[in-house]
Amino acid sequence: MSEQVEIQVNGKVVRVRAGVSLAAALLDAGEPVFRRSVGGSPRGPLCGMGVCFECRVTIDGVAHRRACLEPVVPGMKVVTGG
Amino acid sequence: MSRRPDAIVVGAGIVGAACAEALAREGLRVEVLEAGIAGGGTTAAGMGHIVVMDDSEAQFALTSYSRRLWSELAAELPENCEFLPCGTLWVAEEEAQLEALRAKAAFYTARGVEAELLDARGVAEAEPNLRTPLAGGLLVAGDGVVYPPAVARYLLARAREHGAGLREGCRVERIEGRAVLVGGERIEAGLVVNAAGAAAAELTPGLPIMPRKGHLVVTDRYPGFCRHQVVELGYLKSAHVLTSESVAFNVQPRATGQLLIGSSRELVGWDAAVNRRLVGQMLRRAIEFMPGLASLKALRVWTGFRPATPDKLPLIGRWEEADGLWIAAGHEGLGITTALGTARILADLVLGRTPELDPAPYAPGRVQAEATA
Repeated sequence: MSEQVEIQVNGKVVRVRAGVSLAAALLDAGEPVFRRSVGGSPRGPLCGMGVCFECRVTIDGVAHRRACLEPVVPGMKVVTGG
Repeated sequence: MSRRPDAIVVGAGIVGAACAEALAREGLRVEVLEAGIAGGGTTAAGMGHIVVMDDSEAQFALTSYSRRLWSELAAELPENCEFLPCGTLWVAEEEAQLEALRAKAAFYTARGVEAELLDARGVAEAEPNLRTPLAGGLLVAGDGVVYPPAVARYLLARAREHGAGLREGCRVERIEGRAVLVGGERIEAGLVVNAAGAAAAELTPGLPIMPRKGHLVVTDRYPGFCRHQVVELGYLKSAHVLTSESVAFNVQPRATGQLLIGSSRELVGWDAAVNRRLVGQMLRRAIEFMPGLASLKALRVWTGFRPATPDKLPLIGRWEEADGLWIAAGHEGLGITTALGTARILADLVLGRTPELDPAPYAPGRVQAEATA
């Protein structure tokens, strides 16, 4: 079993693998909807390399961070679906 | 075209669209000719601020009349027009501006426009992301915001319900009184309305209109970051400098949660390239007022050309130099607001009625273009 860290996702404490991207961690945690488009449709990671901007989430109060480019950090507070 | 149109409207920006709608509704057979796509020129580079202005009595009259027409139209606007009755918050950064702010408040109040003076705390409560303290503010609650290209297309759709035709990608090469030349074809009409905005003077030499470039920045969605259209009190000073470049703080919340950030003014002909130095200056000015803007993500920067006139009033009415030619152009940075009033005045004049507003201040012949070699 790989090392795990705790992060907060939408107010809930979630244990995720250490050393992975936040995008991977959220998918592992069963959170496929990272955000909503203007029209309200669900969006999630596509390119996984910072180009498509589909995986944006709010991290520690800062909106529109690309989850695929952010490594998980213990205690980070993530809000999805915005 | 199966039959000779009663009116050809040259230009399908918001002003041309509004004129086409007003004339078609009166039963005229209208044909709209647009060089690009409807609502795709200056209309797509405007913020869409519906605002009552106090620069002159004539400007006040046209903007307040138009704002009333907007509030009537708002109820029927489809959702994609993004009408948002957010009000305007004029902000003063220095104590020295408070007198001007009070004068502005008195001007509006005396003319029946609701305007509320705010102290430093009131400003901070109205817009928590403004830097503190600012000296004061003036909240004009009846102002609002729309998405101009969508409104232009909506007005054109209404005009078409009244039988109007629209041709896009149709560049008028010349206006000859009651006729226009398009790709070698001569189209005759009962009258022609030059509503070609910043390009109007190219079709009607002698019109005192020149392109005045501006930049806009749009951000990603940050719902709630800003609640009103927020404009620095010094905005008019920037708008008045006709010779050199200037910037002023002007930020607007969109219905999508995005923010539009302006504004810049410069006279560089038709050079549409983004002037990075000026955009930098514009954004620094905005960040001085709203420090939090610095950490937001901008999506796009683009430019457009305001149709500027020497006395900052539009040209609405008959062009005496050519038989059958009417003008509805030269709205500088207020064309979204004043499109509706312009169309009403133009339609009244065309039909020989007395407009609700005295049209004399907007008569196209009142000012002469600078003599050109």
